Amino acid sequence: MAALETGMETVRRSWLVRSLRWVASHRSIALGGLLIGLIVLAAIFAPMIAPADPYEQDLLATMLPPSWGHPFGTDDSGRDILSRVLYGARISLIEVVLAVGLAVILGVPLGILSGMSGHYLDQAIMWIMDILFAFPGIVLAILIVSVLGPGLVNLLIAIAIFSVPVYARLSRNLTLGLKSQEYVEAAISLGISRRRIMTHYILRNAIGPIIVQSTLTAGTVILSAASLSFLGLGAQPPLPEWGAMMSDGRNYLGLNIWMSLFPGLAIMITVLGFNILGDGLRDLLDPRK
Amino acid sequence: MKAYIAKKLLALPLILIGVSLIVFVAIRALPGDPARLMAGPEATQEAVDAMTGRLGLDRSLPEQYASFAHGAIRGDLGISIKSKLPVVDEIAERLPFTIGLAITAYILAIGIGVPAGMIAAIHRHGWPDQAVMILASAGASVANFWLALMAMNTFSVKLGWLPLLGASSWKSFILPSITLAVLPMAVIARMTRSSMIEVMSQDYIRTAYAKGVAPRSIYWSHALRNALIPIITIVGLNFGSLIGGAVVTESVFNWPGIGRLLVDAVRYRDYPVIQGVTLVAVTGVVMMNFLAEMLIALLNPKIRLD
Repeated sequence: MAALETGMETVRRSWLVRSLRWVASHRSIALGGLLIGLIVLAAIFAPMIAPADPYEQDLLATMLPPSWGHPFGTDDSGRDILSRVLYGARISLIEVVLAVGLAVILGVPLGILSGMSGHYLDQAIMWIMDILFAFPGIVLAILIVSVLGPGLVNLLIAIAIFSVPVYARLSRNLTLGLKSQEYVEAAISLGISRRRIMTHYILRNAIGPIIVQSTLTAGTVILSAASLSFLGLGAQPPLPEWGAMMSDGRNYLGLNIWMSLFPGLAIMITVLGFNILGDGLRDLLDPRK
Repeated sequence: MKAYIAKKLLALPLILIGVSLIVFVAIRALPGDPARLMAGPEATQEAVDAMTGRLGLDRSLPEQYASFAHGAIRGDLGISIKSKLPVVDEIAERLPFTIGLAITAYILAIGIGVPAGMIAAIHRHGWPDQAVMILASAGASVANFWLALMAMNTFSVKLGWLPLLGASSWKSFILPSITLAVLPMAVIARMTRSSMIEVMSQDYIRTAYAKGVAPRSIYWSHALRNALIPIITIVGLNFGSLIGGAVVTESVFNWPGIGRLLVDAVRYRDYPVIQGVTLVAVTGVVMMNFLAEMLIALLNPKIRLD
């Protein structure tokens, strides 16, 4: 009995030791994951953690500095800044999921098709991708938003479009590498349909690098969305989007720095989290290490 | 080498044609009737029809594209709806401010980023390395307009050392160029560090040490020279992201460059200006990328074989 308990203890300890060792050797993934985990928790539990309603105005309590009641202070309409930053995490994560999701859905099939077919189709797709890639992301987004009209959804479509070439190029390169692998050549010679080869043989093996790229693109998405919302071309007030909040805050420099300070810090923590996580995942998948 | 340059040179007009097509189609898809916008809010139907004819909007789309492309090549980008001035003149007036800002930002980014990356590589795993890497990670994750607001609040509003908005004196350059430099600086520092580390492990560096070459001379002449290629790549190929950054930075600081011109044009639906600025900006980026690729091919014999 005693022997069994000692055995259990060893197992438990070795599990803990192994986890700690894994964390120690994958510090980037652990740190990035921790930061993103915190942001996800803030987004999910915003209604429970937030001290106030993010839209509720209190004209008797405007422009307050941080205090116990309002840890991040209040804005020009007396809204609680902490609550708005917490709800802003929801918007930022939705931005990432929608923009990255759309870019992957459009870009990856284009890239795989390009890599599998070669010749004219390949050249045509890559020509279009090179053209889109020539535009500075922000400039292309401004052009698309001026066509579609300002607003968060249109902005996300614009960001997705300028991110498409990244995924198309990546999946084309991966496809070219995988196409010459023996198991793919074998599948081709066995007469398996092209569609099945693209989905089951190429896509499945390309998913790792695509996930790494998505993590790294997430930071760009948040920064671009915040920049354009700051310029008034994305999320519109009273939505608690971090960039839009700073757009309000810039009118009160010298009077109320809290309106700009905290949303900007939230952006930095989130983008930093995605970047560190992405770097860690890339190293993990890199066969050279 | 000649074949490589020829291939890249041939691709250049194809890319520019594609870019002009996208801009052309996007502008035609803008909501609202451009002729009505141009003619003004109180214009009669006759005046609007006359404007439609003058702008050539009654012609077929291919004809419109041909005349637009023909004009653009000759430097005619139409008339601004808001200012009634030729778009080319508006851009020519604003462009020096954007170029000045971009050059200052790149000087700062290279002047600080390269030495920082070298120091990090030389003291790998030491505290200078960690400090540089933490700052570089933060610099790559920060929203540049947030940094601008914080700096304006401290140095312009609170301390009153620097002008808040506009481009009135050399002091006006300080905050916008630092704001714009942060991202490329972070990227250049990381890039310099990793390529220095790679170069330092090469055999010829060990040989240089063995010969008794002073470490300082190894770092600066042997290692840095070979680390330069990725740095040029970053500077040349990331010119687009610098222009994107300039759009935001110029808007925060009310800087009279083409970035703010673009944002203002979107607000006023001044479509000839949107079209002109976009074309000029993208052409600039395409040219910079081309120059960077040529320079890389010159410096790296391995690429020439492709």
